[in-house]
Amino acid sequence: MALDAPPRFEGSIGLGPVRGPRRRRDPSHEQTWRLTDRIALALCWAAGLMLVAIAGTIVLYMLYRGLQYVTLDLLTTHPQPGLDQSQTGGFLDPILGTVLLTVIGIALATPIAVATAVWIVEYGRPTWLARAVESGIEIVAGTPDIVIAIFGLALFQQHLFAPLSLTADGGAVFGRSFLTAGAMMGLIAIPMVFGTTREGLQAVPAHVREASFGLGKTRIATIRRVLLPSVRGNISTGMALGMGRIAGDTAVVIVLLGATLQLEPEGSVPGFDVLKGTGSTLTSYVYNNSPAGEGNAPEKAYAAAFVLLLIVIALNFTVDLIARRGSRTGLESTRLGA
Amino acid sequence: MRDPEAPFAAPDYDDARPAGRAPRGSGPELPPPIRRIVVDEDVAPTVAPSRPVARGAGAADAADRVPGPERMTLEGLSVAYGDKPAVKDVDLHIRQGEVLALIGPSGCGKTTLLRTLNRLTELTATAVRGGRILLDGVDVDAMEATVLRRRVSMVFQQPNPFPMSIFDNVAYALREQATRRPRASVLAPQVEDALRRAGLWEEVKDDLSRPALRLSGGQQQRLCIARAIAMRPDVLLMDEPCSALDPVSTAVIEDLIVELRRDLAIVIVTHNLQQAHRIGDHVGFMYLGDLVEYGTAEQVFTRPVARRTRDYVRGAFG
Amino acid sequence: MLERLREPWSDHRAERVLGAVASLVLVLIVLMIAFIAVKAWPSLQHNGLHVFGNGPVDEQISTQVNTGVKPTAAELRLTAWPLIYATLVTTALAGAVGLLFALFASIFIVEFAPPRLRKLIVPIVRLLAAVPSVIYGLIGILVLAKFVGDHLISEQRARSVEYVVQLNGTSVLVAVVVLTVMITPIMIAIITDALYAVPKGWREGSLALGVNRWRAMWTVSVRACRPAIAAAVVLACTRALGEAIMLSMVSGSRGFAPNPLDGITMLFEPLRPLAATIAENVESLNAPALRSSVYLFALMLLFSSFVLSIGAYLAKQPMRKYGMRA
Repeated sequence: MALDAPPRFEGSIGLGPVRGPRRRRDPSHEQTWRLTDRIALALCWAAGLMLVAIAGTIVLYMLYRGLQYVTLDLLTTHPQPGLDQSQTGGFLDPILGTVLLTVIGIALATPIAVATAVWIVEYGRPTWLARAVESGIEIVAGTPDIVIAIFGLALFQQHLFAPLSLTADGGAVFGRSFLTAGAMMGLIAIPMVFGTTREGLQAVPAHVREASFGLGKTRIATIRRVLLPSVRGNISTGMALGMGRIAGDTAVVIVLLGATLQLEPEGSVPGFDVLKGTGSTLTSYVYNNSPAGEGNAPEKAYAAAFVLLLIVIALNFTVDLIARRGSRTGLESTRLGA
Repeated sequence: MRDPEAPFAAPDYDDARPAGRAPRGSGPELPPPIRRIVVDEDVAPTVAPSRPVARGAGAADAADRVPGPERMTLEGLSVAYGDKPAVKDVDLHIRQGEVLALIGPSGCGKTTLLRTLNRLTELTATAVRGGRILLDGVDVDAMEATVLRRRVSMVFQQPNPFPMSIFDNVAYALREQATRRPRASVLAPQVEDALRRAGLWEEVKDDLSRPALRLSGGQQQRLCIARAIAMRPDVLLMDEPCSALDPVSTAVIEDLIVELRRDLAIVIVTHNLQQAHRIGDHVGFMYLGDLVEYGTAEQVFTRPVARRTRDYVRGAFG
Repeated sequence: MLERLREPWSDHRAERVLGAVASLVLVLIVLMIAFIAVKAWPSLQHNGLHVFGNGPVDEQISTQVNTGVKPTAAELRLTAWPLIYATLVTTALAGAVGLLFALFASIFIVEFAPPRLRKLIVPIVRLLAAVPSVIYGLIGILVLAKFVGDHLISEQRARSVEYVVQLNGTSVLVAVVVLTVMITPIMIAIITDALYAVPKGWREGSLALGVNRWRAMWTVSVRACRPAIAAAVVLACTRALGEAIMLSMVSGSRGFAPNPLDGITMLFEPLRPLAATIAENVESLNAPALRSSVYLFALMLLFSSFVLSIGAYLAKQPMRKYGMRA
């Protein structure tokens, strides 16, 4: 190893300059480790590199196929049912469906999740109830989305919820509409918004609350004026995570959104009729156009999947962006932060 | 009441008020008089009480002990973190059979110097090192870091026993050294020997499978010492080992160090001047990265050569 | 009324309202259990424990699709062992392989990765966790299954089992591979968090005793994180057993129990786990017999994920003993 001319440091108490130190490389000499240790090290590297390789392959392959099949036409025309799917229109309706569902879902989830997080962190009495609610949220987070979807169907087919969806002539409530699907999507997104909001609230130091109480403000006023604004970043992160989860979910869609390719509004109130009606989303569109569904148009499936992946990556990128901006104020809200 | 002509005169105090309070109705508070610390050049200071007598076998022959062979030599050692120098051009000799105490105010490079001796500074990404360290004449950079660290052991400021049983803690390094995992019965005598030498055997011998984290602070630190000496290292480095402990545990560990001194070279970094005086054979005073003074404990504490050393041992700063 | 809402709320009222909203989650969970159990009751009552028996479950399902309002006893019959077995096989295999993969990858991220690579890997893991399952399924069926079907399944292998089942690429192998990739990011997130939470004194202490970096990590840090690793596996298995969409695209859609006696060929046989079965029978939920069967499957999944979630929570408890944030 060639020795560079060492830099000179001036002694700070005037004892004269010192011989500068050399930069060292870390000589761990792995070749003298035991064989099992070397194999283990190789496995670690292999695992790490495989992760990168798998992610790269997925993204690049979807990019390749997507660019191959996506046209502006597809993004802006309505899908038409037909025997030969490759000739029949694009997927504008599914895109609208995805957007609509995401908005409904997150709009329902955020107030409930934030209120729950605030109650748990700031009040939390009686303790058994707080712990039960926390366990409840963990249980919801762990429940498979297909089960939540099935529950939604059973729930919204009750006559109580008839205004939310189409009612057939025989009196049976259809139970499938944007509203019902959106409600269940909200349930799915609650744990994400709850988790990040709770972390954010717990990270606010006690002296901030004490300062506000010392000025004579009630707890609820403190929450509204001081705490919630300071966890805005956490709430946004949770919302972005939740939106990503909603946009990528297929199970709830195929159970609860009806199986119409286009948006089929129901009823006569403008605006509300779309919500009450059925439709499709990008996820169900991909599912139905793949060999597992009915239509057999892999090109359309790839195109729609590519658009879906872009949306999800964009939402994830937003999470990173918010987290990075938030970390200036010291709010660390995502896992895997080193 | 108050003479405005004499701004530094003490104000009249009301008898009924506790001393130190301003008299009722007086004007603005006067600042307390400024006291300057004056180091009198002529007075020969005595800082620490003379060395206590009954302190284990080691203290008895303190005055006439012959230093053992030199185990480690530092030649021109410099360490910097990025652009900030931490240790500047230090030469030191570490001999077997004696305790080298490094003293100095916070942030002056003692701990960095200590951690360089077993190449623990390599864990910090920005650390760069110059100069040479020799262990029994061999450059430490030439040997494997793991081999070096088995010969030069370290005990840290915060006791850090592993989340395992007492036996497993002491046997940890012994197990890692062998190529095949030795059975507990094979290791038991070595573990017992290490615990005896660390003065912990009597207290834990009835149940070695207890979790180490349940021991008290002093016991945990002795366990860490036992763990460090189980491999029979040549040099033992101790980074303020008693600073997190109560005085009773401190006394026990100081006795222990004096005992261990026979077979090992011990380098101890300490903030506690009295401790350095009690157990140190040679003392090195470091200030802002430079080794300002080095000599026997008697000499550094009673007849310091450098002015800064004198100021420090008299408590003028640090 | 509006004025009452607009005036500043008292803490008492706020606590009540927020508490009520928070309890909504509990109400929903209770409703979920209630509704699913009620809908599953006809099938549960009729079949009881026989539902775990082995039988031609595909045929049973297809007869149930056509039942009328009052299903006969014969129509309600359901022996769902092939589906249950498929769920167990895919979950267990994906969990095991995923654990190994995640463990080594986490150790790599925490200890051995060069800083620039580490900064790249962290968003990559997050990306893998965010990819929708339908895209995993699409790549699985159009690329992996095709590859397996065209290249890995030889003529004689297909012929050896053709009297029972067709081998066409959608199989245990593809299902487990894709499922592993899907659940590994969850485990990596939990395990890396736990490894970072290990007190630094332990790592320094073990390195200072002269052990190399791998052994220091393995014998001290990983050992201290065993509870978190257990929790990670349990949570990943919860995800795996609930995965419906990807598995329905990739696993072959046959209610067939892959036969371990077939040896390696078992990996190429098709199967269909419980969640995928639900997903595929969603259109025909009007038939009462089928409806109660499907809800019975959902009840089984609900129960399993409950048990696993509680298990994960309990598994993490020992971490508090060391004062580590789990």
